[in-house]
Amino acid sequence: MPDSYPLHLAVALDGAGWHPAAWRASDARPQQVFSARYWTDLVQEAERGLLDFVAFEDGLAATTDHHVRPSHRTDLVTGRLDAELLAARVAPVTAHIGLLPTVVAPLTEPFHVSKATATLDYVSTGRAGVRVRTSASPEEFANIGRRPAPQLVDDIGGRAVPTDEVIRELFGEVADYVEVLRRLWDSWEDDAEIRDIESGRFVDRNRLHYIDFEGDHFTVRGPSITPRPPQGQPLIAVLGHQRDGLELIGRTADLGLVTPTDEGDARSAVSVIRSAAVDAERDPEGISVLADVTVFLDDTAPAAQARKDLLDDWHGTELVSDAATFVGSAEQLADQLLTWQEAGIDGFRLRPATLPHDLIQITQRLVPTLQRLGVFRPHYTSDTLRGHFGLDRPASRYAIA
Amino acid sequence: MSKPSKQIHLAAHFPGVNNTTVWSDPAAGSHIEFESFRHFARTAERGKFDFLFLAEGLRLREQRGRIYDLDVVGRPDTFSVLAALAAVTDHLGLTGTINSTFNEPYEVARQFATLDHLSDGRAAWNVVTSWDAFTGENFRRGGYLRQEDRYERAKAFLQTATELWDTWDAEDFVADKATGRFVGRPDVGSYTHRDEHFDISGQFNVPRSPQGRPVIFQAGDSDEGREFAAARADAIFSRHSTLEAGQAFYADVKRRLATHSRTRDDLLILPAATFVLGDSDADAHEIAQEVRRQQVSGATAINFLEQLWNRDLSAYDPDGPLPEIDPLPGENTVSRGRASVRRHEDVLRTAAEWRERAAASDLSIRELIIEVTARQSFIGSAATIAEQLNDFVQRDASDGFILVPHITPGGLDSFVDQVVPLLQERGVFRTDYEGGTLRDNLGLRPQASAADRQAAS
Repeated sequence: MPDSYPLHLAVALDGAGWHPAAWRASDARPQQVFSARYWTDLVQEAERGLLDFVAFEDGLAATTDHHVRPSHRTDLVTGRLDAELLAARVAPVTAHIGLLPTVVAPLTEPFHVSKATATLDYVSTGRAGVRVRTSASPEEFANIGRRPAPQLVDDIGGRAVPTDEVIRELFGEVADYVEVLRRLWDSWEDDAEIRDIESGRFVDRNRLHYIDFEGDHFTVRGPSITPRPPQGQPLIAVLGHQRDGLELIGRTADLGLVTPTDEGDARSAVSVIRSAAVDAERDPEGISVLADVTVFLDDTAPAAQARKDLLDDWHGTELVSDAATFVGSAEQLADQLLTWQEAGIDGFRLRPATLPHDLIQITQRLVPTLQRLGVFRPHYTSDTLRGHFGLDRPASRYAIA
Repeated sequence: MSKPSKQIHLAAHFPGVNNTTVWSDPAAGSHIEFESFRHFARTAERGKFDFLFLAEGLRLREQRGRIYDLDVVGRPDTFSVLAALAAVTDHLGLTGTINSTFNEPYEVARQFATLDHLSDGRAAWNVVTSWDAFTGENFRRGGYLRQEDRYERAKAFLQTATELWDTWDAEDFVADKATGRFVGRPDVGSYTHRDEHFDISGQFNVPRSPQGRPVIFQAGDSDEGREFAAARADAIFSRHSTLEAGQAFYADVKRRLATHSRTRDDLLILPAATFVLGDSDADAHEIAQEVRRQQVSGATAINFLEQLWNRDLSAYDPDGPLPEIDPLPGENTVSRGRASVRRHEDVLRTAAEWRERAAASDLSIRELIIEVTARQSFIGSAATIAEQLNDFVQRDASDGFILVPHITPGGLDSFVDQVVPLLQERGVFRTDYEGGTLRDNLGLRPQASAADRQAAS
């Protein structure tokens, strides 16, 4: 059944916003960035805007941007709360919005993350997802210390980057990691808990399954210690910039996060993802492709530009972003989103430049505009994250039909 | 009046995955749905309990090569449940059991610092260790640790985590828009830690949390475990629930504190305790007997016996006599993923004691197992239980209790409604929370930061 409101809209939250000087904005609450109240307010605002989900950034090093080496500046939001805990903390005080923490594949245990995501699905009654990212950051590897950081080489811009071979290896590990998460979620069939008083058996062990995953980086025996989560399979998001990242999305993800710079770029990203899905024998239309856009929104474009200029001025340099940056009014942004949608993008994961300002612009200006155009839901039509994306609850792969 | 009464500390252990938990009772609900945790936590908070306690196990138990199916099986992730409970409670401490073998210090330190921030100072960590390759099969490392090294790793792990929590002082977090300083110094959070177990360096990325660090629990009973607790822990989760054993343990552990330059008030001793509450003592004893029979079915009794005997005893009749063959000493190959089997040190001697006991009272296998495993700590009317609990604490067998109800999630309700008011009337249990943080409510001194300690020395 085609979705009658085809556009998906989500936000990614990080610290005081995606601009490094965001915490100095007049309405920013930097003193509360590490408090439950702050995050509750933001996620509840996103839910009032009927968004599909909120994504929580995370990292295992002090710098706020894991693409950038430590700056040792004192004027940046330094520090981050653990994203899985943050998502679980806001789950009981929200009812509809999806919750998507970020995890770092090479430096965490898939067994722990599988049960944490399953539990997030329980505490949110079916609204969990997880964004799996890789890392080549020497700082993140040094903090965990279990394995050496990947070798980096200087690119033409003088930035230290992993070689193609290292990237292939890291992405291969993400694919393995995702496979383990999915198998563990399926390792308990839905009706494994039988509570059969007559035989004295709490579970039917024939409906619990070893997953016996063996890969280059880990082996995991299973089954999970946590029963199958309410959604069966919480959604997995992967962000990709270049072709190899887009192919990884096609092979593994439910939600592909992409960073096109224009319409043509968006069209080709979608095409790479869908053909990689076909190659991996997955349903290419089962993947929702969301474009990341950093947004500075005000009533008029000049006002938005002036606000960005002030932030850039505070920071000392212009904002550097891996995703497209939009500066203008919510109405203008709506036009651009619809153009990209025509190029095949299923929705958007907006990165508010400052909080709460740009989030409120999204929920109170952009969303009503899109609703008037008939492309965004006037109210929630589902209580689960899979439901927001029109996905059914799948059977466990281990269940005998 | 002689010396003032000690104040009792009470905690609530969410019913776990062993046969103490009676899942067959019509009142038994889900062990996984958040609603059960919410009910349990809110009941504990209504009763002004100090904290809620969650256990952890990282692999489903097996017996004779198959998943053990007679007890509750499965549990949610500790951190995610505690973080969610922080949203539906305001005062209750949130204690999680987290393994130091299958995690890394940086991630655990930031998870607990996060929990402490998100609960406004209510986080606690029960530090446990394991070494078995069986659990290791679910993790990258596998079973890599020798049994004798597990406390060494646990100590190094806790030391490292503490160093990470101490990297931020309260004044490092500035967030002053006027001056444009978010942090007080550019190298905030910097650390280097190198020892036999951990070789890490960088910057810790969570600002100092309300309690400075979580309250630290230790649960092991071995000499090493007691030393570890005396040196490093704020509380011990012990299992000595009889008066004499409790007093001996209490005296031993409190005595050890002085050698670590700590006072008797720096470490609380909180044994696990089960209870059966009735309208009268006789009523309670009747219920208790019925509960024990629910906890130990014939099949459960045979499985228990196999855990000690280390043999397949499935052919034996639970209503018949104990086996004449002897247990197999050495590594337990029958039961996997169960800490209790490691407590049987001399299996032949234990078997001889059990046989003697069975012969003396003419007990069947099931009756014997009920006798040796399932007797509840406190049985009686509310008045009797209140008196026994208080007596136990005033006579220095403990500083309070971690209560383990046998029904999820309502097993605490009657205790809170009936026993807590009696303890409050006696003036030995709070009528309202004393402070904002778990440390405050436990009566522990505030945690000094590294800078404070440096300034003091």
